Amino acid sequence: MILNDLIEIKNAELAGRKKITLRCCMAAGCLSCGAKGVKQQLDKAVADAGLQDQVEVRGVGCMKLCCEGPLVQADPQNSLYIKVTPENAPSIVAAIQGGQTSVAQTDPDAAFFKRQLFIVLANSGVVDPERIESYIAADGYQALHEVLNEMAPKNVVESMVQSGLRGRGGAGFPTGLKWGTVAKSPGAKKYVICNADEGDPGAFMDRSVLESDPHSVLEGMAIAAYAVGADQGFIYVRAEYPLAISRLQLAIKQAKQMGLLGAGIFESPFSFNVDLRIGAGAFVCGEETALMASVEGKRGTPRPRPPFPAESGLWGSPTLINNVETFANVPPIMRRGPEWFAGIGTEKSKGTKVFALAGKIKNTGLIEVPMGTPLSVIVQDMGGGAPDGGQIKAVQTGGPSGGCIPAEHLDTPVDYESLGKLGSIMGSGGMIVMDDQTNMVEIARFFMEFCMDESCGKCIPCRTGTVQMHHLLDKIIQRQATPADMARLEELCDMVKSTSLCGLGQTAPNPTLSTLRFFRHEYEQLLRPDLSGPPPNGASETRSASAAS
Amino acid sequence: MIATTAEKKQGRLRAALDHASGDKRFKILEAHMKKFQYRQDALIEILHKAQELFGFLEDDLLLFVSYKLKLPPSRVYGVATFYHFFSLKPQGQHTCVVCLGTACYVKGADKILAAIEGHSKIKPGETTPDNRVSLLTARCIGACGIAPAVVYDGAVTPRQTATAAVGQIQKWEAA
Repeated sequence: MILNDLIEIKNAELAGRKKITLRCCMAAGCLSCGAKGVKQQLDKAVADAGLQDQVEVRGVGCMKLCCEGPLVQADPQNSLYIKVTPENAPSIVAAIQGGQTSVAQTDPDAAFFKRQLFIVLANSGVVDPERIESYIAADGYQALHEVLNEMAPKNVVESMVQSGLRGRGGAGFPTGLKWGTVAKSPGAKKYVICNADEGDPGAFMDRSVLESDPHSVLEGMAIAAYAVGADQGFIYVRAEYPLAISRLQLAIKQAKQMGLLGAGIFESPFSFNVDLRIGAGAFVCGEETALMASVEGKRGTPRPRPPFPAESGLWGSPTLINNVETFANVPPIMRRGPEWFAGIGTEKSKGTKVFALAGKIKNTGLIEVPMGTPLSVIVQDMGGGAPDGGQIKAVQTGGPSGGCIPAEHLDTPVDYESLGKLGSIMGSGGMIVMDDQTNMVEIARFFMEFCMDESCGKCIPCRTGTVQMHHLLDKIIQRQATPADMARLEELCDMVKSTSLCGLGQTAPNPTLSTLRFFRHEYEQLLRPDLSGPPPNGASETRSASAAS
Repeated sequence: MIATTAEKKQGRLRAALDHASGDKRFKILEAHMKKFQYRQDALIEILHKAQELFGFLEDDLLLFVSYKLKLPPSRVYGVATFYHFFSLKPQGQHTCVVCLGTACYVKGADKILAAIEGHSKIKPGETTPDNRVSLLTARCIGACGIAPAVVYDGAVTPRQTATAAVGQIQKWEAA
């Protein structure tokens, strides 16, 4: 494979394009609403109408507006059909020929779409994730070719530093700096790991990226491997994402067949192989040292750092670990230049961020916005506010490691520092909207139950602290707690936060602390100095029994 | 369970290997191990395959894996019990997984779970006495855009309600 071959594939693919394209969302959300049947019927309807030469029915990745799935977009008509059923297929085919249709549509230029800026999701909903040619037609693998042929590894690292990209897994560590450290670490064998263990409940960005555009992640990993001097990569993906796994397997196979992975990529001396590692349902494996233990086939327990993975990681070798979204940012940065990327976003947070918008909000789905976009724009303009006339009370970011941002702070711009100031974190990108029906103390208990369950048990503050904090929150909800219990809860939060071994324990108190900060009155309302009274209505019964399972 | 065996059983491994020699699924599993060159770091991959073949990880199966990969049984058992995905108990004919991710939770997944618990008289992780339905919970299946989601026998079903979930279980019971 040389550049000419790549361009030939691209041209052949573009020349084969038909006049009209019907793009059917085939990501997990729409598939579970029956998208497979929709695509089959569209294929059939096109054949019945004898339009095979003019109309292409293409299965694509996530088209973002998950709540209205299954989605079908017709180009160049620019019509977006929503909640499509297989029976609608003939009607849609009639409509693209100029006829009328009663199939529900939504405005593809609505604020939900218009406010987005696509870098990571540029191919999502456009290319066919099961065909590498489709990705190559969207300039795929050109960045890898350019990097291998025209840049020295240290220049690649330099470009990443210039771009200002920060880790999208949540902590926001500068990516260029991490690459530089791994590149400088001595060692004949180095590894690149893609962290696709998206364990945060309420987050599905990585799943969507892997299902919609797996090749961009592979290309990003290959560029990273070249920059740091690695020849072996692993993608650690959750077993809960079967579709993402099968599309990745297919993508790796196709890339190998084309010589874009494996030995001597683009006829250069550079070799890179990627293997999949399937997780087995442990939230703590999102922590990098626990993840490496799991890749080595062991129990996923973290270990103290230093040494950092960049110096001593997988099997003691220098290892680069980045998140799915971080890798997906790499090919566009290399293709369009670091200056272009650095021009987007805020001073300290560059580029865009993908969020999974869900919860009590009208438009749920996937959004990608420039850093610095105010939360209110996301929630009100794009999300359409709370459904059924409810009032938005808070927005939760960062999952069990993050916090709840109250409605009065919705003008906060989305970047690492601003969210941190409010006691939350950027996190991997889950954004759950809560309305006035939501009890914040129950939310705090929900997350604590999660952390209690998922604590690996290695260090004592996390193992016992989460159990005790969960017990205290339970006591508050049952109206059995005294002010002394509240004080103890706060004390414990502080202790667990500052003494736990890994990120899970260090951030486990965050949801509790942030709700204590902004919704303290809800806790205080539940306090009862007289312990004899029966628990009144409204407080739900304890769920700790189910948590033990 | 291996770890709960109080006294040492003589010939435990031999019995397990005898068991394995008469079952075709063990051969498929061994072929899979061969694909990974019996590498010890492929333990989790092999356990995935074992669970896929057998439905759950029984004692003999874990012993077989530990013998073939030359790993101590404690290590295999330790890994199998650490990860939520592996089950050491047999599952019922049908499985119902209620997603308890945050998006599903704020949209009432807890009520769905309570309704199923009330109807089937089982808790998450348990199977009905007639071995028909297993109730499980998930920490997030990434289907937040269509919350609350429930997975019936592997099929993700969007926007569930307590009534719909109990209805599905009744359908299984009637079948």
